[in-house]
Amino acid sequence: MKFGVVVFPGSNCDQDCFYVIKDVLKESVKYIWHKDTDLDGLDCVILPGGFSYGDYLRTGAIARFSPVMKPIADFAKKGGTVIGICNGFQILLEAGLLPGAMLRNKNLHFICRYVYIKTENNQTRFTKSYNAGQILKIPIAHNEGNYYIDAAGFKELRNNNQIVFRYCSARGEVSEQFNPNGALDNIAGIMNKKGNVLGMMPHPERSSERELGSQDGYPVFKSIVKWLKI
Amino acid sequence: MAKDLKEKIKPEVYRSLGLSDQEYQNITKILKRQPSNTELAMFSVEWSEHCGYPRSRKWLRLLPKTGKYKTLIGEDSGGIIIDGLAPLETTKPLNSKTKSLTGLAIIFKMESHNHPSQVEPYEGSKTGIGGIIRDIFTTGARPIALLDSLRFGPLNIGKSKYLLKGVVKGIADYGNCVGVPTVGGEIYFDKSYTGNCLVNVMCIGIAKRSELIRAKAFGVGNSIMYVGSSTGRDGIGGCSILASHEFKAGEEKRPTVQIGDPFTEKCLIEATLEAINTGYVVGIKDMGAAGLTCCTSEMASAGNSGMDIELQAVPRREENMQPWELMMSESQERMLICVKKAKVEQIKKIFLKWGLNASIIGEVTNDGGVTIRDNGKIVAQIKAHSLTQAPVYDMPYRKPRYLRELNKLTLSNILKPKDYNKVLRKLLAAPSITNKAWGYEQYDHMVQTNTVVLPGSDAAVLRLKGTNKAIAATTDCNSRYCFLNPYRGAQIAVAEAARNLVCSGAHPAAVTDCLNFGNPEKPESFWQFKNCVQGLADACRSFNIAVVSGNVSFYNESPKSAINPTPTIGMIGIINDINKTCLQNFKQKGDVVILLGYSREELGASEYLQEIHNLTRGNAPQLDLRLEQAVQKAALQVIEKGLVNSAHDCSEGGLAVALAESCISNKDNMIGAIIDNLNYDMRLDALLFGESQSRIILSCSSDCVEKIRKIALEFKAPFRVIGKTGGRVFRILKAEEELIYLSLEDLYEEWSGSLKKKIEG
Repeated sequence: MKFGVVVFPGSNCDQDCFYVIKDVLKESVKYIWHKDTDLDGLDCVILPGGFSYGDYLRTGAIARFSPVMKPIADFAKKGGTVIGICNGFQILLEAGLLPGAMLRNKNLHFICRYVYIKTENNQTRFTKSYNAGQILKIPIAHNEGNYYIDAAGFKELRNNNQIVFRYCSARGEVSEQFNPNGALDNIAGIMNKKGNVLGMMPHPERSSERELGSQDGYPVFKSIVKWLKI
Repeated sequence: MAKDLKEKIKPEVYRSLGLSDQEYQNITKILKRQPSNTELAMFSVEWSEHCGYPRSRKWLRLLPKTGKYKTLIGEDSGGIIIDGLAPLETTKPLNSKTKSLTGLAIIFKMESHNHPSQVEPYEGSKTGIGGIIRDIFTTGARPIALLDSLRFGPLNIGKSKYLLKGVVKGIADYGNCVGVPTVGGEIYFDKSYTGNCLVNVMCIGIAKRSELIRAKAFGVGNSIMYVGSSTGRDGIGGCSILASHEFKAGEEKRPTVQIGDPFTEKCLIEATLEAINTGYVVGIKDMGAAGLTCCTSEMASAGNSGMDIELQAVPRREENMQPWELMMSESQERMLICVKKAKVEQIKKIFLKWGLNASIIGEVTNDGGVTIRDNGKIVAQIKAHSLTQAPVYDMPYRKPRYLRELNKLTLSNILKPKDYNKVLRKLLAAPSITNKAWGYEQYDHMVQTNTVVLPGSDAAVLRLKGTNKAIAATTDCNSRYCFLNPYRGAQIAVAEAARNLVCSGAHPAAVTDCLNFGNPEKPESFWQFKNCVQGLADACRSFNIAVVSGNVSFYNESPKSAINPTPTIGMIGIINDINKTCLQNFKQKGDVVILLGYSREELGASEYLQEIHNLTRGNAPQLDLRLEQAVQKAALQVIEKGLVNSAHDCSEGGLAVALAESCISNKDNMIGAIIDNLNYDMRLDALLFGESQSRIILSCSSDCVEKIRKIALEFKAPFRVIGKTGGRVFRILKAEEELIYLSLEDLYEEWSGSLKKKIEG
């Protein structure tokens, strides 16, 4: 099993993802520099969180032009497993590997705190280790997590079961009250139609160890490993 | 240079740079001639209070440089070494020739960015964060956490709100982007900060001891490399003009504020650590205050060498910059590196990979001088030591007369409240006490995945990956105490910081300080400074902990007011077993609530007097350092033995506020309490809201009570069971009288929502 964590200038969760794969999951992992053009036989690509290129334009808008995005798009097209977390999700949207766009949080502030999300689809390679509807305690940390997609696109997401996670209460109630950033339909994570590319705003790598207060993010990585090993 | 010297320098010129007539005379004596413009500019910044500490240095020598942990005192920051589980007894400064450099170094420092933040809060706080992070990673340590101690005028003043919002946004935008979590700190409000806010930022980094590097240049022929952003005209005079003078009415100082770019800083962190890792870097220093002047003279001085610099090689972003402007600019995200001569290309490659400038601007010499050339022509030539050895002034001091009156407090003149519930609600909503989630939720406090205890408890706790240990960190200072009694106030700041760490299960290990005061040329202001430093030194000695780094910020005055003396303490502690980390909130119903320490009838300088009676009066609470040690040692032992379920320091707002916080600070699991055994004979407001020091509230299951009592007795720490946890209500009873009866929801609402309401309306 070989994971690759992409490093853009300004990525800052790259080392956290690397640590989780190597020291918590005990799987093999390497960094991919944003100028690399060869994925070198990887099984899973992680686009980590951070502020690629400072996010001075729109989040992810410059990173999508990095040389590494071309082989990643090819890899995804062939069914390769790609997960984008936070800034990684934003980059996947900009690159067109996932549908929709990110707006600024409704309160116009950066928000860092634990939230609850509901596993809406546990029949994916990223969520097989969760129960249907399982509620996860997991942190968010972003300024632009207010997911948006037009009505037709939203319909398609729903019809294809592409909505993977939604913000909810500790008891699993999905409503505006428990929506931290204003995201459409409380969407916290989606995948592409083929189901091999996932984008999520919450940080599973920050909630994979007991010491950190939650291990609810760990099954995301565990699911990928299981799926890849089949 | 010859052309420079033709015209005689007028007094207005050097005075406008912040130099006195006497200092100018000294400069001509050192040089044995009139200085060039560039030289004058260089002296003005290096001898400013911000860089050279001429007014404070005499007293700073009192601070202990050794303690129970091995210390490292560097040029720009300091730290401690952890070798094994137990604190080490021997203390020796790091010798670069020592071969066996094992152990983990924890490097930390706190610095102020008050004046820039008052002028331009967003850029001011951003560059404060950027600067302190650079001070840490230029030692070879990876920055792992930030804490910030912020002080503003009251929130009913529009300008205070504007400053608070700008400062918090600046910290968030910079810290979040650069990927260093902001894990703790404090926000206080007091009218003394109305015209001069305080922004004190602390950064912590870790490194293998063998990877540490100093801010020195040596080895004749080695290259001097400039890396990072280009140089512009921003921040010229930032340290000498802005930070070393008080605010006067109607002055425009915005051009002296620097502009920060966290993206460049993030790349600079990665590139620098990568470069240091090669082993080809001799020394490195941040171009912060006083920019190139500071780096060239201080690196040469520290390395007992000299430097020959060509300014034409300095990357710039503006045209026609004069040599003196290049030497004084405080453009951000730049550093100077001394590189082994044959290895220049390897180092250059690393910085270019990260999209940063890397330009050779000179080389190391052995003449002890800093020679600055512009296109080959010498524009400055000064002995490095004469720049870095700023004069030392013995400043006159005098106890302020107003204290004699202000220290008097006749309790019988203070009206007793009729409704204690109302008082408690008001105190929980008081801006200095209330929950600060509005601020810290804007900071990424989890990136790097080390944050074990999130903001909002007594201290932040960070795990050390790959070990079973953690470090705890806190900042502390009650400036009202320091105003009414500077010596004791500073001692309390140390004691309370240590108490905060102990409550999280940590051994207090070392201190950094950020000393914020008014104009040192005013004897009453200097008296506050001198007494605070003495208090700080004595308290640190009694805890056997060193002050490893620090910063002095004078001239925090405006026509509106001088600030309360504010010696902010940043303290680091070591948790030997991460599984024994302790939090302040009650964990389960039916637990016994214990008070370690005892309460005196004292209300002086309290938040209660300020908030309820609008009085800043009386004396700071008494502090008996022996009692403090007894309480802390007992608490630490019962925590390390796993006997308690929570521990919380009793501070602003007294016992009632501390207990309420233990009930409500975990929103997902709030637990009530009945406190019915406070058998002290004193005024009820003093009992509930008095701020007696050396008190810690514990909760434990009932079968641990006797074990805890025994340990408390062993250390001679006063011990008292005061109540029990449980229910959805917080109650305090005295005899049959019900003093406090409030639902958890009511308490939570006051405590959690009031700051946001006051800021955003």
